[in-house]
Amino acid sequence: MKKMTYESAMKRLEEIVSSLENGGLTLDDSVKLFEEGAKLAKFCNEQLKKAENKILSLDEVEEEV
Amino acid sequence: MNAPVFTVSEINRHVKAMFDSELMMQSIFISGEISNFSNHYATGHMYFTLKDDKSAIKAVMFNRAAMKLRFVPENGMKVIVLGRVSVFERDGVYQIYVEQMQPDGAGALALAFEQLKKKLEKEGLFSPEHKKAIPRFPKRIGVITSPTGAAVQDIFNVISRRYPLAEIVFQPVSVQGDTAAEEIRNAVRRFSRCKGADVLIVGRGGGSIEDLWSFNDEALAREIFNCTIPVISAVGHETDFTICDFVSDLRAPTPSAAAELATPDINNLYLETASLTDKLYKSYKYYIDREQSKLSLLLSQRAFNNAEHFFDNEKLQLMNFENRLKQSMNGRLQKEAVRYSKNVTSLESLNPLSVLLRGFAFVSDENQVIDSAKKLHIGQQINISFADSAAFCEVLSVEDKKK
Repeated sequence: MKKMTYESAMKRLEEIVSSLENGGLTLDDSVKLFEEGAKLAKFCNEQLKKAENKILSLDEVEEEV
Repeated sequence: MNAPVFTVSEINRHVKAMFDSELMMQSIFISGEISNFSNHYATGHMYFTLKDDKSAIKAVMFNRAAMKLRFVPENGMKVIVLGRVSVFERDGVYQIYVEQMQPDGAGALALAFEQLKKKLEKEGLFSPEHKKAIPRFPKRIGVITSPTGAAVQDIFNVISRRYPLAEIVFQPVSVQGDTAAEEIRNAVRRFSRCKGADVLIVGRGGGSIEDLWSFNDEALAREIFNCTIPVISAVGHETDFTICDFVSDLRAPTPSAAAELATPDINNLYLETASLTDKLYKSYKYYIDREQSKLSLLLSQRAFNNAEHFFDNEKLQLMNFENRLKQSMNGRLQKEAVRYSKNVTSLESLNPLSVLLRGFAFVSDENQVIDSAKKLHIGQQINISFADSAAFCEVLSVEDKKK
């Protein structure tokens, strides 16, 4: 799985909320989605709290490629 | 006829000598309007006529002097030239050999700016359809500015306050002086080539028009236009406009403002996360509630109250379903809600105790909630928790519903 970012977590959380809101899911699916959503919400909150800008030089970034 | 006869060449040479011995003609300012302008492409020499309302004089500006001009002379332009008046012997005409030329009125830089702006505008470099969108959540923000000075500090401070999730890729450059335009250009090109950022901030703090001049460089403007990364320009103060500002995807009035435009505000992100979490709980609770009312409706129908029409199996299935619903609410929802409601105060309205208030109860022993009678043994002591109270009970028998 790709490393989760704040942005991708928020996007997935939005999808989950709209699936739950639209309904039509089985109980098992909705429980699973809810649990996934709760984890994502926690992840997003933690990301925001612990973040601190990292400063790189252009040389370093060029070497990555 | 005793008077001497001169050749044309001799006369022209003599006239030229007369001009050249006249001190005043060696370095003289003349103001006038340019006409008949022609720029000799092969040599770079400029030929034109300077005129006022009554009179005209031929003028030539050799490439050595012309190349130092920061603007392109045009017909009708009022200028002041400095040069030497002398004779072109071959044609027998006198003319001014121009060394320097200034626009009469607006300054040379202002004029050069207007000319370059007009030229690039005509080519479409400023057109809105070429403007790239600034990403909402940049993972990397490229910063091209001077390592000294307030601009870089302002930019870093704003980014760290608003969006500490981003990485900053900093490329220090000179922002004034002869090499500045080239350094900035190279930095933009390098970022563009390695896709080293999701958005670029190019700029510097305030200064005179001369200080900001590197940002009016034509080649830099083209580099920014061709840059694959969206560029936010931030040159000088709110009132300063440079060519960079026009060609960039977004112009910021100051370096701090550029950092704001490049980043989302983390406080909004907190709110967004909280609001989504809130929606998540509400939609889940709504789902459970809806299923539960469907179930209650079914159970209250006559068929289930009439012993003759009672289908054990179906009733048991329904009970099983009800049981799962209760588990889901009492178990998972309660646990999750308690855990997260600390972070999200808006969730307090969804306190799972409200489920108990509606008449549900849950069974637990000392350690955990018990979600199946199969986990019980005869004689085991258990708690039944209601919203406002609890009962301490002993298990008499355990029955499996599926017979």
